[in-house]
Amino acid sequence: MAQTKREMLVDPLVDNNPITLQVLGICSALAVTSSLQVAFVMSLAVTFVTAFSSMFISIIRNQIPGSIRIIVQMVVIASLVILVDQILKAYAFEISKTLSVFVGLIITNCIVMGRAEAFAMKNGPVASFIDGVGNGLGYGLILMLVGFVRELFGAGSLFGITILETVNNGGWYNPNGMLLLPPSAFFIIGLIIWAFRAWKPEQVEEREYKIQTVEAH
Amino acid sequence: MGVRDFFDRIEPNFEKGGKYERFFPLYEMVESFLYTPKTVTTAAPHARSHIDMKRIMTYVVIATVPCILMGLYNVGYQANIALQTFEPSGWRAGIISAVGIGFNPANPLANFMHGLMYFLPIYITTLVVGGLWEVLFATVRRHEVNEGFLVTSMLYALIMPATTPLWQVALGISFGVVIGKEVFGGTGKNFLNPALTGRAFLYFAYPAQMSGDSIWVAVDGYSGATALAVSAAQGYQVLAAQGTTWAASFIGTIPGSIGETSTLACLIGLAFLLTTKIANWRMVAGCLGGMIGFSLLLNLIGSDTNPMFAMPWYWHLVIGGYAFGLVFMVTEPVSASHTQMGRIIYGALIGVMVVMIRVINPAFPEGMMLAILFGNVFAPLIDYFVVQANIKRRARRYA
Repeated sequence: MAQTKREMLVDPLVDNNPITLQVLGICSALAVTSSLQVAFVMSLAVTFVTAFSSMFISIIRNQIPGSIRIIVQMVVIASLVILVDQILKAYAFEISKTLSVFVGLIITNCIVMGRAEAFAMKNGPVASFIDGVGNGLGYGLILMLVGFVRELFGAGSLFGITILETVNNGGWYNPNGMLLLPPSAFFIIGLIIWAFRAWKPEQVEEREYKIQTVEAH
Repeated sequence: MGVRDFFDRIEPNFEKGGKYERFFPLYEMVESFLYTPKTVTTAAPHARSHIDMKRIMTYVVIATVPCILMGLYNVGYQANIALQTFEPSGWRAGIISAVGIGFNPANPLANFMHGLMYFLPIYITTLVVGGLWEVLFATVRRHEVNEGFLVTSMLYALIMPATTPLWQVALGISFGVVIGKEVFGGTGKNFLNPALTGRAFLYFAYPAQMSGDSIWVAVDGYSGATALAVSAAQGYQVLAAQGTTWAASFIGTIPGSIGETSTLACLIGLAFLLTTKIANWRMVAGCLGGMIGFSLLLNLIGSDTNPMFAMPWYWHLVIGGYAFGLVFMVTEPVSASHTQMGRIIYGALIGVMVVMIRVINPAFPEGMMLAILFGNVFAPLIDYFVVQANIKRRARRYA
């Protein structure tokens, strides 16, 4: 790997973003982005799990037998997720209730598994840790963008603080109810991917087929 | 100097290398709107159907004329009836009083005038906002603005409740044109009906302004449920007692979205579309068959708790958006299945779904919009199975 540590950290933000380019971790991005606070905690949790699972797996990578490596990775990841879940329940019970099953589902988040399998199994602990932080932040960046749009236009607030006074509370803003429904995150992620690819055309995939033109004679 | 000469004179400016090359789509839009395109095919096959896109789109707009007229009349008629007990207010009342036509529901002219005051702002907003998006995408992506947008905007305006706030109209058509059509490549590549996509967006985003009891009659403070909401709550038998007879529903003097209330007007449009072969009869037949068959089945099953089970098919036909959707949305060729057998299945799927949503799903009294979007999504899959079945059949023949 000829990547510098800075590239490991910064690349997953835009150039190799786990959500917009690799299209991983979509499920939780739909479910937990209706308010910024929840999205923020979720981003922290995933960053923590990705970073430390990559590091630990990297430390023991030479001892793991190839045939059962997935199981070993799962054990490491699951332990960390349980840790995060318990911490949230102890210190942020309200948010833990809102996140409900999605904390547990970090285990199945493809980003964590993907980084462990694709990066941590081939690189040293420090590099793996940085790579995990970078991917967690890349995931968090998209989550925060989606959460920003959904909470601001869906409920008129940011981090629970009212920005646009809604009609129900005597203000002028008529909140867009669809943004509070999970499918709206699909549209927003789609638009973000569109924007990223307009900005960085090299992310555009090649066409699967070519439209053939007939030459005029 | 004729208009044609004028176009010929300014055309070089818009062609490749000309001063206004970037604005070619705009020029092309105006020119091909006024004249038959003069482009000829440069490669085989040279024989093309005389029913080109321009003709299809124009004919669909013509077919909506009865619905527009009936819609204008009915919006004003409903509002004027309600105004017998309510005080007229707002700028529309001001204009009508200034002209001196009055609010008499027995006077057709007064009804038309009142309806026009609601329809025109919605339609103009749709044209301006949607048109801006069309031209923007056409200019950036170098494709042409075509008559398809005239159809989309007209259908979209006709399926709005008359009381929709104009900023919501603008938001909905933006979503419909951009997400429903342009992101997939524009006219001919949209897998969803753009007008319905826009309405569905509004339906989920602003349910207070797109559903419920207070939006169907264009008078502030007046509350009146649609025929579907009444029958969902109390059964269709009470409709006649409340003044909504079957004949009134068929002719269209009931509350509802602007253009959808009159089944008669929709059927006139359907007759026109079928005679000119713009609409494929298979989809219409499939959709009618699915609706009639499934509602007969539900009639047979019956239910003690849900009065909608007993609603006969001829009521399903005349209330809500069924007739309008059947004529103008189901028959839309791009978002439908493309095989002949597939078209029948596609129509039947929508017919069954609309009755299912209306009768069995308690959350939505009306199901036509969702049923058609559902059918749109399944259309390619239906095609796939029809094609596979054909391949298997022919393989057996030569085995």
